Amino acid sequence: MKKTFNLEDLDCANCAAKMEAAINKMDEVKSASVSFFTQKLTVEAEGDVTDDLMKKIAKVCRKVEPDCRIIL
Amino acid sequence: MTKKQKRSLVRILASAVLLVIAWALPLEGVWKLLVFLVPYAVVGWDVLWKSLRNIAHGQVFDENFLMSIATIGAFFVDEYAEAVAVMLFYQVGELFQSVAVGKSRKSIAALMDIRPDSATVLRDGEAVTVSPEEAEVGETLLIKPGEKIPLDCVITKGTTTVNTAALTGESLPLDKTVSDDLVSGSVNLSGVVEARVKSPFAESTVSRILELVENASEKKAKSEAFITRFARVYTPCVVIAAVLLAALPPLFTDQPFSEWLSRALTFLVISCPCALVVSVPLSFFGGIGAASKIGVLIKGANYLEALSGVDTVVFDKTGTLTKGTFTVSAVHSDVIPPEELLDIAAVAEVYSSHPIAACIVKAHGGHIDKGRITEIHERAGQGIEAVIDGKTILAGNGKLMDTVGAKWHPCHEPGTTVHIAADGVYMGHIVISDTVKEDAADAIRLLKSVGVRRTVMLTGDDEKVAQAVGQALGLDEVHARLMPEDKVRAVETLLQSKPVKSALAFVGDGINDAPVLSRADIGIAMGALGSDAAIEAADVVLMDDKPSKLARAVRISRKTMRIVRENIVFSLAIKAVVLVLGALGLAGMWLAVFADVGVMVLAILNSVRALHAAK
Repeated sequence: MKKTFNLEDLDCANCAAKMEAAINKMDEVKSASVSFFTQKLTVEAEGDVTDDLMKKIAKVCRKVEPDCRIIL
Repeated sequence: MTKKQKRSLVRILASAVLLVIAWALPLEGVWKLLVFLVPYAVVGWDVLWKSLRNIAHGQVFDENFLMSIATIGAFFVDEYAEAVAVMLFYQVGELFQSVAVGKSRKSIAALMDIRPDSATVLRDGEAVTVSPEEAEVGETLLIKPGEKIPLDCVITKGTTTVNTAALTGESLPLDKTVSDDLVSGSVNLSGVVEARVKSPFAESTVSRILELVENASEKKAKSEAFITRFARVYTPCVVIAAVLLAALPPLFTDQPFSEWLSRALTFLVISCPCALVVSVPLSFFGGIGAASKIGVLIKGANYLEALSGVDTVVFDKTGTLTKGTFTVSAVHSDVIPPEELLDIAAVAEVYSSHPIAACIVKAHGGHIDKGRITEIHERAGQGIEAVIDGKTILAGNGKLMDTVGAKWHPCHEPGTTVHIAADGVYMGHIVISDTVKEDAADAIRLLKSVGVRRTVMLTGDDEKVAQAVGQALGLDEVHARLMPEDKVRAVETLLQSKPVKSALAFVGDGINDAPVLSRADIGIAMGALGSDAAIEAADVVLMDDKPSKLARAVRISRKTMRIVRENIVFSLAIKAVVLVLGALGLAGMWLAVFADVGVMVLAILNSVRALHAAK
């Protein structure tokens, strides 16, 4: 399943690239894409994109880019 | 500017003033250091804070950290002014990047300003304003002049003209009346109409288009992926080089450590790949935006990249290069004036439901007196036999003529020929053919002028018709009498014979050609306004049915790719030069920070040009 989320305060393109790489490394995530320009995160998972998974993703993102927030 | 950007600007200005003051004051020693630390703290405290926080999170090669190290290092080697200036320019660069990106994001959003804000629905005879999502299928919308059409609907009352410019890039108003379809996102110009909702908002044309454009940045181009990979390697490499540069030479030579440390610091200043990481995706984003402005939707940066290298363009004929509607193209009368021949034919065909009959009647245009017919028979697979004004008229193909021994002859013009005989005597024939689109010849010519080497047309029609169209349009190759599966095979053969690294594009109308669209490097569907199937199946969507848009899209993609290449080469070259000069001790931190910020500013300004590539 694929789901798209808005991002807030994503300030730099390099951070977007780093967030994308970090989320893609997660086992539960099939593919993820962070668009700096549309300020959007698209997550594709094998099963449902659950709230639990999104919490984990948010945690990973906080590590890479603490300023950026995923709007759930 | 946003609040955050304004705050940043104030800090930069305050710090610049304080820096000048610090410079002017005749202080020495600790006092001098303290005075320079004030502007440094004003402009750089957040960078220092972020770097500390990110180290705690295990992010070592973070640009905040690198900037902190570089500037703190500069304080250690007594280069106070440099330390403040580096931080200052770094922040100027960040601010500029944020403003420039925000601007282009906005202008692309403006290009795609097709989302309707509200819909007026008639409920129990009252007009209620709701958000488009709340309007249900089957409900009646009230659309006033000047309003955006909120959902895909059919007119039930009233007439009007609509402008589809936001969707197709064409501003020619279209007349619409009862039972005509209205497409969401177009603008109602003149009349008040009532219309029945055909599909929910989430499935309407406007939602599909917006979704498509927003998702376009997901599919990354090869050059974008290259930059991301490069950035991941570049920063650690430069940092390691900096460490080696600071540590090794003082060990083996008697030069002072501080000299090599200050050289190493210049490395850290230019260790951020920001210029590339921002400007390359920004260029693609701009290119896709520019294309959508002329009504060409490109579903991903990868397709934009492929489009720039297109070498072979394969067209489907019907509906793509031709209108797909049949009209009378010639009336060849042997005995009577042509108008009379057409008149007789129209009377004979007036009751027939065959599409060819319909277009003969349409070509006649005037009133047809059905009272002139006394007898009528349809001859399956041959044509019509009718008694008109007391004469036995036959209208149909050669076989029908043979049944009465009329001396017919084939026509030299391509198309479907309807022969006419009266009382067994051959009178002449009417030719019916598919008309070529007005801009089809232009489309081929323009594609040639942008460097497309090979243009091919595939069609299920017979050889004669295909060759005639091919010659009229100046196509390189024509393949006729193809079944749908033959088209796939033909495209596969063409794919094998094209040069490596170039792309093959297939242009179709999106109906029945999904397999070919997906087989080609770039599947292009046209006339997509109102055709969901086409939007789904294709990689590139031409919103209206003008094939000439394709050449403009290719030109936009070429310009975008040129900008991307310029930025990559330019940024890397400057960085390499500064790295070398820095290592040799010829470039100080001043030059390094100018190179870093300056390159980023220039690269961003250059990528913004992609957005204005529509011409």
